[in-house]
Amino acid sequence: MSTAVLANQTIDVDAEGFLQKPEQWTEELGVGIARDVGIDPLTDKHWQVIRFMRNRYLETGTAPTIRTLGKESGVTTKELYQLFPKGPAKLAAKIGGIPKPHGCI
Amino acid sequence: MSDTIEKVSIIISKGSFEGIYPGLIMANGARMEGIEANVFFTFFGMDAINVKHYEHLMVATVGNPGLHIPTMIGGLPGMSAMVTRQMQKKMEELDIPPVPEFITLLSDSGAKLYACKASVEMFGLTRADFIEELEGIITVGDFYQLAAGGQIIFT
Repeated sequence: MSTAVLANQTIDVDAEGFLQKPEQWTEELGVGIARDVGIDPLTDKHWQVIRFMRNRYLETGTAPTIRTLGKESGVTTKELYQLFPKGPAKLAAKIGGIPKPHGCI
Repeated sequence: MSDTIEKVSIIISKGSFEGIYPGLIMANGARMEGIEANVFFTFFGMDAINVKHYEHLMVATVGNPGLHIPTMIGGLPGMSAMVTRQMQKKMEELDIPPVPEFITLLSDSGAKLYACKASVEMFGLTRADFIEELEGIITVGDFYQLAAGGQIIFT
């Protein structure tokens, strides 16, 4: 684990920049991470996915699969890939301040 | 060569349950990483996109030493159906979708699905035998053109 300074806070991140301690996350931080990965601005739809991802992780300890994301987040699979072309689950996890999803699906 | 993969073209050539899933999982995994993905279904692999068959794919319980079931037992009536059901159950627990849903997921995620023209002709099939999401029935030459600049994975 290493640390990074984002939005004037010292944050624990992994080698790819995923937060290791979700409690260190703020929405402001999320906006900064999104900008770094090329998503700017974050729309309400983006936030819907990011919050779903983050809340599900906080409730269950596991990030949802892309299948669950498409079925339960209220955003369709097609839209997910339009919002996050470089990988919806991965990027929503990164922006939402949770560790990198480990599943293959 | 670049140290990141930008595009994969996956060939699915086997028609059994365990022959089809790995390619689908690889393709979906690629899209989840933002990697462009083409899937080319050839020979019996076309069962994965054939509307008559794609709900009824079965695990091969004979000639499949990885299953660790003696061949004579594997050949008993109902064996294949039972093992398939067990695997489906396990997959559902892992949130891996059934093949029809998986095909839609792949298509919605932007993966492009193709059937092999030679196989389509050999099996006497037409466009109407396949899922709506199919991008086209293409030749091997077309496939190589689509795959150009990326990685090819044969399963």
